[in-house]
Amino acid sequence: MKVEQRYRYLYKPVVFAACSVPAVLLALGTVGVVLQSSGSGAAAANALASLLGPDPVAKLLHSCGKTALNLILITLLVTPVRQLTGVTHLVRLRRMLGLFAFFYASLHFIIYIVLDRGMDWHSVVTDITKRPYITIGFSALLMLIPLAITSTNRMMRRLGRRWQKLHRLIYLIAIFGVWHYYWQVKRDVRLPLLYAFLLALLLGYRLVKQWQARRRLTAKPRGSPSLHPSTSD
Amino acid sequence: MKKLPGGILPSEITPREVFLNRRSLLAGALAGGATALLPQAHAAEGSPLPRLPCTRNAKYSVSEQPTSYADISGYNNFYEFGTDKGDPKENAGTLRPKPWSVAITGEAEKTGTFHLEDILHPHPLEERVYRFRCVEAWSMVIPWVGFPLADLIKRFSPTSRAKYVEFTTLYDTTQMPYERTSILPWPYIEGLRMDEAVNPLTLMVVGLYGSVLPNQDGAPLRLIVPWKYGFKGIKSIVKINFTAQQPRNTWAVVAPNEYGFYANVNPHVDHPRWSQASERVIGKGLFARQPTLMFNGYENEVAYLYKGMDLRRYF
Repeated sequence: MKVEQRYRYLYKPVVFAACSVPAVLLALGTVGVVLQSSGSGAAAANALASLLGPDPVAKLLHSCGKTALNLILITLLVTPVRQLTGVTHLVRLRRMLGLFAFFYASLHFIIYIVLDRGMDWHSVVTDITKRPYITIGFSALLMLIPLAITSTNRMMRRLGRRWQKLHRLIYLIAIFGVWHYYWQVKRDVRLPLLYAFLLALLLGYRLVKQWQARRRLTAKPRGSPSLHPSTSD
Repeated sequence: MKKLPGGILPSEITPREVFLNRRSLLAGALAGGATALLPQAHAAEGSPLPRLPCTRNAKYSVSEQPTSYADISGYNNFYEFGTDKGDPKENAGTLRPKPWSVAITGEAEKTGTFHLEDILHPHPLEERVYRFRCVEAWSMVIPWVGFPLADLIKRFSPTSRAKYVEFTTLYDTTQMPYERTSILPWPYIEGLRMDEAVNPLTLMVVGLYGSVLPNQDGAPLRLIVPWKYGFKGIKSIVKINFTAQQPRNTWAVVAPNEYGFYANVNPHVDHPRWSQASERVIGKGLFARQPTLMFNGYENEVAYLYKGMDLRRYF
């Protein structure tokens, strides 16, 4: 009970606040730019607008995309940290992190349509169908939708074992997300490569774990059926 | 430099266009009142750099409101100082634009290495407000200070073998820290066909907003070709080479499927990864998208250069 209360009144609110920080800063910057465009030369408007810099649409677009990607990688970090530290209840934060990732990815897409493309649907469709890096980014967003919808406790119960299977989609989403980032960079790919490296570590950890588990099973003498995979967890 | 009888340098003779232009300015002044008599260059809002004596060339200036000095000098692609748009402003302090020399080489009668002052000396400076379109689909309106490249080329008498002009940026890792990285092959190289180089729109630039060019914008000498994507506008030039071969410009070398030699602004030929049909105007807020114009709006002045060329192939 004590752990539950700590999560409810301390950890979750703190994580919620931390995940909201980028959105709040971007919202304040947007207010500044709107004030500036409507003719306000007030120092406050300029200070707020400077949060977004000279190319506010690009800043909004890239910040949301990168925050979504950061959060996806953080959700993938939860399992390794749990297993390596033994702090298993960390999993209680994972849903919130995943939903925030979905929130920022959606915001990224909305900003792209409304501000970057100026609601020019023809060019949006052309982009999604003809530009591979946008196609994979869009696919990643589409795959996030079922994960967000099935994130409730009720859905978890209803789907049972299939829930976990469905949510393995996040591996593919993360790969597509990093790929989308790598592909749109003009020349300096150092940061996208860092993301790819971190993702490789996170996915590699799981592969190694799986391989170890399989080896343990096959190494067991035939006479001991006590450890069948379906009985564990 | 060869002197004409009477000690006048050939370059000191006012070119016919400028002479005619002065007349049209005077005519405009008579029609519009005395305030239009001497069109003043834009003042640098907050430039700490010295003013340059120059007047506006109205014939070659667009009427749009120029982008702010802060944005023009704070949002740059200058990979020698970093790949983020804010990096050049932060890091370009290590560039020493004075003293500076420029080597003139290749297929010309007069070649050699010259002090920048001697390169610039004969050319009267003018302000031209040009549209600037980056290949990344953003744009600005910029009051440059400079003089036509054609006037400079004339002084060095290129031979008939000179079909192209090749420009090279400074290569000095102590001044340009990112030249230690392998983000691009250094030094940066750009080039123009000779007829493009002598088009009256092609500008050698030494200033911005009526003042000396800030380091991050390519001090002390850069190229501006307003109908081409911004990466053609090579910065901090140390060498001008007249050549028979088409120069291998840096971006076309590193990504030949994405960037060509010509790099003419063209809303109908997309970059493989993004549309070039429209652009975000820097400093225009959240709804800053506007359609991109053929040859960046300079179609009347330059379309003849590419008559009969397949612009999809020669992008």
